[in-house]
Parts: sequence; C-alpha cells; structure tokens
Amino acid sequence: MTIGDTLAFGAGALRGHSLRTALSLLGVAVGVTSVVLLTSLGEGARLYITGEFASLGSNLLIVTPGKTDTTGFAPPIGGAPHDLTIGDIDALQKRVAGVRRAAPMSLGSATARYSDLTRETVVVGATAAWKDVRRVEMRVGQFLPATEADADRPVCVIGARLEEELFRGRNALGEHLRLGDERFRVIGIMAARGTNLGMNLDEVVIVPLGRHMKMFNRTTIFRALVEVTSHDALPAVRRSVIEAIKARHDNEEDVTVMTQDSLLATFSRLLSMLTAALAGIAAISLSVAGVGIMNVMLVSVSERTSEIGLLKALGATPGQVMRIFVAEAATLSAAGGLAGLAVALAFSAAIRHFYPTFPMQPPPWAIPAALLVSLAVGMLFGVLPAQRAARLDPIQALTRR
Amino acid sequence: MIEMRGICRDYLVGAGAVHALRDINLTIDDGEYVSIMGPSGSGKSTLLNVIGCLDRPSAGTYRLDGRNVAALDEQAVARIRGHKIGFVFQSFHLVPRLTAAGNVELPMLLAGVERDVRSARVSQALDAVSLSGRAHHKPEQLSGGERQRVAIARAIVMGPAVLLADEPTGNLDSASGAEIVALLERMNAQGLTLIVVTHDPNIGRRAHMHLDMVDGALADQAFVRAAS
Repeated sequence: MTIGDTLAFGAGALRGHSLRTALSLLGVAVGVTSVVLLTSLGEGARLYITGEFASLGSNLLIVTPGKTDTTGFAPPIGGAPHDLTIGDIDALQKRVAGVRRAAPMSLGSATARYSDLTRETVVVGATAAWKDVRRVEMRVGQFLPATEADADRPVCVIGARLEEELFRGRNALGEHLRLGDERFRVIGIMAARGTNLGMNLDEVVIVPLGRHMKMFNRTTIFRALVEVTSHDALPAVRRSVIEAIKARHDNEEDVTVMTQDSLLATFSRLLSMLTAALAGIAAISLSVAGVGIMNVMLVSVSERTSEIGLLKALGATPGQVMRIFVAEAATLSAAGGLAGLAVALAFSAAIRHFYPTFPMQPPPWAIPAALLVSLAVGMLFGVLPAQRAARLDPIQALTRR
Repeated sequence: MIEMRGICRDYLVGAGAVHALRDINLTIDDGEYVSIMGPSGSGKSTLLNVIGCLDRPSAGTYRLDGRNVAALDEQAVARIRGHKIGFVFQSFHLVPRLTAAGNVELPMLLAGVERDVRSARVSQALDAVSLSGRAHHKPEQLSGGERQRVAIARAIVMGPAVLLADEPTGNLDSASGAEIVALLERMNAQGLTLIVVTHDPNIGRRAHMHLDMVDGALADQAFVRAAS
C-alpha cells in the first residue's frame, strides 16, 4: 500500500465522521493557534523594542555616569565619584577621533505655564547635536542654536502635543513659556512623533543644557549619546571614549559606555527567552490536543472493529493496519495544525492592522515548529490506538458488530 | 490444493478447553466445489477460517498449494489471504463509506497494485458480477443481493485460487440467494475452488463434495459426483 493510498483511505474514514473529526481537529488548531500567537506577541515585542533602538542608527555609543557592571555586585556607594560634565562630552567631540557628534542631555520636570494654562511637563536639557542624534524633525521654527554647549539663553523647543494643550491653536512661535520661575521664548515646535525610547517627545520642553543644569541645580549630566563615524569603528571609539574620560577623571574609570549593539543584543536575548517560554506554555495545550486525538482514534478503532477484521481478511498485514491508523491520526493533527496556523496568521494580521506600530509576527522558527510538533503529536498519540487495531484478532473482529 | 492432516483447534474458554476442530483430515483439489454443513457450533466456520488462514490450527499440518501455513509468519499469511483467498461473508462486510468500486478496489489497495491497473480490474470484476452500472453507489444504496455481488467481486478481484463463502445467502431472500449461488457456481466453473459453509441443505446438496461436521469432527465425507 503506497503512502498516498494510505492517506487517502484515512482521509475517507475521517470524512465519514465529520463532527468528531472537526472537534478533535479544533483541539489541535487551538493549540497551534496559541503557540503561534503567543510567540508572535513575544517576537513582536522584541521587534518593537529593537526597532526603537535601531531608529537611532546603529553607530551610537551611550555614555552614562557611574560604572555599572552587568555582572557581579553593585559598587557599595552609588553614583560616580566624578561628575560627568558638559566639558567631558565636549572634549569627546573635539578630541576623540571617530566621534562625529556627542549629545549630552539632562532630565527634569517642571510646571509649564502659558497665560492661565499650566501643565506638568518633562524638561530636557540638550544641545544642538541632540537634534541630529535623536533624528528630531521640526514642524516650524528651529531647534536649539548651535552655540557653545553651555549657552544658557532662555529659549525652548516644544513638542506638538504640549503646544496644542498650552497654546490652544494660537501661534506659539515667539511666545514666552514659563517653566517654574523662568521664562523661555519658544523658537521651534517639533513634528508629532510619539513615544521613542520611553520618552514621549510630543510632551516635552527642550531647553539649552547649560540653562537646564542651572535651573535644576545639576552638576552631572544624565547621559550622552555619541554618534560614531562608522559602525566598524565602534569598539575602537568606545575604548578611546573611556580612556578620554578616564584621563579627565583622575584616571578613574567611572563611566559606563554601552554600544547600541550590546544593548540591542541584551534586549533581544531577553525577549527571545520570553518568546520561548510563551511557546512552552502554549505547547502544553498541544499535548492536551494530542490526548484528544488519542481518544478519538480509540473510539474510531473500537467502532471500526469489523472493518479492521475485514482489512485483515483481505490481506492487510498488522503493519499495514497500524500505518493506516497512524496516518489517520497524523492527517487529523496536521490538518488541525494548518487550520490553527491560518487562524493565528489572520489574527496577527488583524492586530497589525489595528495597531500598526506593533510589529506582531511569528518568529521564523515558529511556523515550521508548530506544524511539525502538531504532526508529531498526532503520530505519537495515534500509535497506541493503531497498535490496538493492528493486534485485533481478525475472526473476533469480523464477528463483532 | 488443500491438504489437512490431524488438524485440531482448541479454544480456552474460562478454565476448560473447547475443541472446535478435532483431527480433521481433508484433501481438496483445485477447482473443487465443496459444501460444509452441520448444526450450529459444529465447527463449520472454524474450519473455513483455518482454510482461509484467518485462524491457525492448534495441532496438525495444513498445506496450501504445498506450503506449510503453520510455518509462515503473520506477514506471509496476510499475503496468502490477499493473493490466494477470497472471502464472502454472510453479512457482506462492505465498508459503508466506500462506493461499490471502492470496496472492490480495497484488496488491491492493500496489495499495492498500481492505480491504473486497479481501475481496470475493478470494472472487470464488477462486470463479472453484472454490477457495472452500480460502481459509484454506496452499499446503503444497493439491495442485499447487490451488496453480496459487490462482496463477490471484491473476493475475486485479486484472482485467488480459493473462494470461501460463509453462509453467503444467510441474509438474503430466496430469489437473491439463488442468484448468488448461481454466481458463485459460475466462478467455480471458471476454475476457482469454491468452499461454501451453509446449513441450507438445498444449497449444500449442489456441491460436488459434501463435508458434514458434528462436534468439530468430520462425520461424513461424500463425493456426490466426481469433480469434472
């Protein structure tokens, strides 16, 4: 008996009990759907987060004050012995070969006020370089002027949402915005962009860094983004950046310099693990579906006892009878797997349609794995009923009704 | 050629043994027409099953065309059933979800006959039982006599040497029964060995060789007329 004939025979038997077939197929379909959907969610999260970082460009170094080790113990006293200053970052830009731009920044929050409207808002201290490093687009006006980094002119750039809420359709450009006790002239409004790297740029006020540090009484910057001329130069430039700052800080290595890549890799690894864990949980439902298949096949064997007797009388070997029933179980589970895959893909397409920013899609291994596992589940759980069929005594099987 | 020497078949039922067949000695030539008769429980069907290699004797030797069946493994015995023997049952045993053609095709499917050859032989076999027009009917759409004719077509489609019929007319009215007997005899006339188990004396009497069974033993073995 050829494989094609065996499969066709089994498919015919399955069609004979369409409800039963459909129900056990549903079990597998639900299992495969949950595997594919859950891994798609995990993979979507991974792509979303790595995409956010990637939008910054791939040749960035992130400099933060304090030496943070990802392994081992945290230093007993938090913080850095030396402040990471604007001067340090300036020095990077001017003296370290391979650094294209260095964009220090500082963060704080204050109450923004225009006429009688007020709003709590995040205040970012930045320099002109920040615009290019963060790829900020302007809707009107201009970004912070490219003067000395510690320039402290009272000017500001605001996000689209903030403009809308405080100025209510009036022209904000040239108006004065009050932040705490100080007045800042609005010189530019950023184009709407949404959340990026955990900060909603639509709701922030950006002021010159020097001004910001005085206003919030800071001595150390929050972090700096350093853009390197080429991706290949990253490791070398990273070392020179550390050396340069070390030299300025009494030979003490008290900054952390991460590459975009290492950050990305860490996130990616974490989220891949999450995806695998989700797949494992979903796989449990597949094994439940397998038990369902076994049950259906056992019913089928006892119902078709006389057919099995007949097959033996017509010359079927025990091996053939076994193959017929295993093929039937495998067909059942593979069909269920395909149906589940179709549902899962339709579902993720729907989610992508309604939430276009979330790149929900199954990881490349999930589709073949889900199909193979469902096929294997069917064959594994089909073996016991098939063995039972193969061992039936033909005479008893023929006389039982 | 069927040769049986000292065939016994015992079943264990509870604590005791049931002797379904006791010391059967039998020779059936190719092309013979045999009837096996006897009361219920006399071992007629057991004998037929042993001849058909569905059952294995507990003792004795059974040679089919010179081969000792007892020495063969399950695989080889299945092949003998598929190629040398055709079964016809009282209750037809057609697979309800398959058409008449599908049922006839089944033994060839199991034997791995190629698709084109299969369809040609299906129509040939259905032709032989005058059911060409019913090839695509399901068993439920056929009358009892037609169902049994499909079963006979299925039994002969592999070109066996022996046709075994266990009460082939038991579920049929007398008119269809007579048709079926005539059909079986036509197969016999073409050279197939035909062995019929029946308790209808009118049918049993038609055979060339009568086997009467009582309590698992052959009580009487008579040739009514010599096989032609």
